[in-house]
Amino acid sequence: MGVLMRRNAIIIFMCVELMLNAVNLLMVAFSKMFNDPSSQIFVFFIMVVAAAEVAVGLAIIVMMYRKVHSVDINILNRLKH
Amino acid sequence: MKAIIAATIIGVIMMFASILSNNKSGIVSLATVLFFFLFGINIWEVYESINATGVAAPAYLNNMMSLDSFAIWFSMLMSGCALLYILLLGKEIAKVGKHVGEYFALIAFIMVGIYLLAGYSNMLMLFIGIEILSIPQYILAGSDKRNLKSTEASLKYFLMGSFSTGILLMGIAMLYGATGSFDIINFRMLQTDALNPLALSGILFLIIGLGFKVSAAPMHMWTPDVYDGSPTPFTAFMSTIVKAGVFVAFLRLFHASFGNLTNHWMMIVAVITATTLFIGNITAVFQQSVKRMLAYSSIAQAGFMLFAILSVNATAWQGIVIYAVAYSVATIGMFAVLIKLKDYTYDGFNGLAKKEPALAFFTTIFLMSLAGIPLTGGFMAKYFVLLAAVQQGQVMWLVIFALIMAAVSVYYYFKVIIAMYFKTGEAELNHEVTGYDKLMLGITCLLVILIGLMPQLLLNL
Repeated sequence: MGVLMRRNAIIIFMCVELMLNAVNLLMVAFSKMFNDPSSQIFVFFIMVVAAAEVAVGLAIIVMMYRKVHSVDINILNRLKH
Repeated sequence: MKAIIAATIIGVIMMFASILSNNKSGIVSLATVLFFFLFGINIWEVYESINATGVAAPAYLNNMMSLDSFAIWFSMLMSGCALLYILLLGKEIAKVGKHVGEYFALIAFIMVGIYLLAGYSNMLMLFIGIEILSIPQYILAGSDKRNLKSTEASLKYFLMGSFSTGILLMGIAMLYGATGSFDIINFRMLQTDALNPLALSGILFLIIGLGFKVSAAPMHMWTPDVYDGSPTPFTAFMSTIVKAGVFVAFLRLFHASFGNLTNHWMMIVAVITATTLFIGNITAVFQQSVKRMLAYSSIAQAGFMLFAILSVNATAWQGIVIYAVAYSVATIGMFAVLIKLKDYTYDGFNGLAKKEPALAFFTTIFLMSLAGIPLTGGFMAKYFVLLAAVQQGQVMWLVIFALIMAAVSVYYYFKVIIAMYFKTGEAELNHEVTGYDKLMLGITCLLVILIGLMPQLLLNL
């Protein structure tokens, strides 16, 4: 649960990717257990969507970095009053 | 299925339009025409499904989609709301940034996600629908690049959103482990007694993951910041149509597959509903900015929509349809008024009734609908979801609690009305309100009242 602990946006992001990989592993393990290939297809979909998410997410982080020269999420508290 | 294909093509056309043309108003009119077209295709599909009564719901993509009459009807209503949204706010969308066509393209892709969520029958489609719906939203939230708040909102939304996607996927994987299938029909095989702990934790993860997307209470932390920071036209879209789409997915999953397991998840969802209502309404009272108040009010309204999920019966399905449309129409109208004002605080509304009586009148109707005053759509919506919960009969304490919270909500909605009518001041507008704006707001107003008088129009299932 690095997402909740770390303060660096990129590391949080990597932790999210780790969560997705954990799901992928679980899916493949179940697929072997049930002898059912459908979850392996699901894993492909997860990977594709994760790639799309990486593209958007890194763009957002770069946009943020250009503005404040930092990827620390503590500065995000500016939105709170 | 035609609507899904059409929405995808519209998205692609809009992207090309933004490459080929720099003419902003031209792109807005093109988008309006295309969304009219999309709405027409939806109506065509509804017409076909009415003619095909007695035939089993057509299944697409290897039985992963089953577009039953509810799915088609709901897609049609959501397209109608999106069309209304574009008619009301199209010009404002064009002012957000340079890449106007792409915003409309992303909105069209979000519509694809909503259609998928309305008619999925496989967890793969649920996952893909939720992602198609979320990823464009991350971009839309950050589309005002000059504004740091918008960037922050986008980053926050992205991090929380992808985290919740991870949790949702974990739930799907666990349910797969318990049943050996992704088909939501097969989840019915789960037996109430001797329930697999794997399935139980899977359901819990799904509640958390979907709760994130609909901003239910313990998972609502991102909502006010994101809705406040995003450009106002996109907040209007995210807090209404998108939220309604995710709710229907939630409803479909929990009624179609876990309907016979209610004693396992009923209590969890009931507690989430109570916290959502409490946090949403009580925090909204203390807000200074109307935009932020609307963000909290959208959490509160999500609490009411959760009633439809709690009560597993047919009235709940009717309730969610009415609630989705009534809430979307009123909130889109409210945001369309809000965006005309320079100052988003309550003081910004001071004296609006003197300056723009028509605008103030429309705002009053929208706010009354959100508060649930009779004769408006909001009343009928609340009536139907609470009726569903009463019919179900297990959560009477929650219904009473919801009524108290609805009374609290009247306070903060009427603060705006009081500011408009009884306080003196100069409400500054961004630009003059044109006749077109007034006409569109008037039509929206009529819709709100029409839903309040004849809700059965929306129930033509």
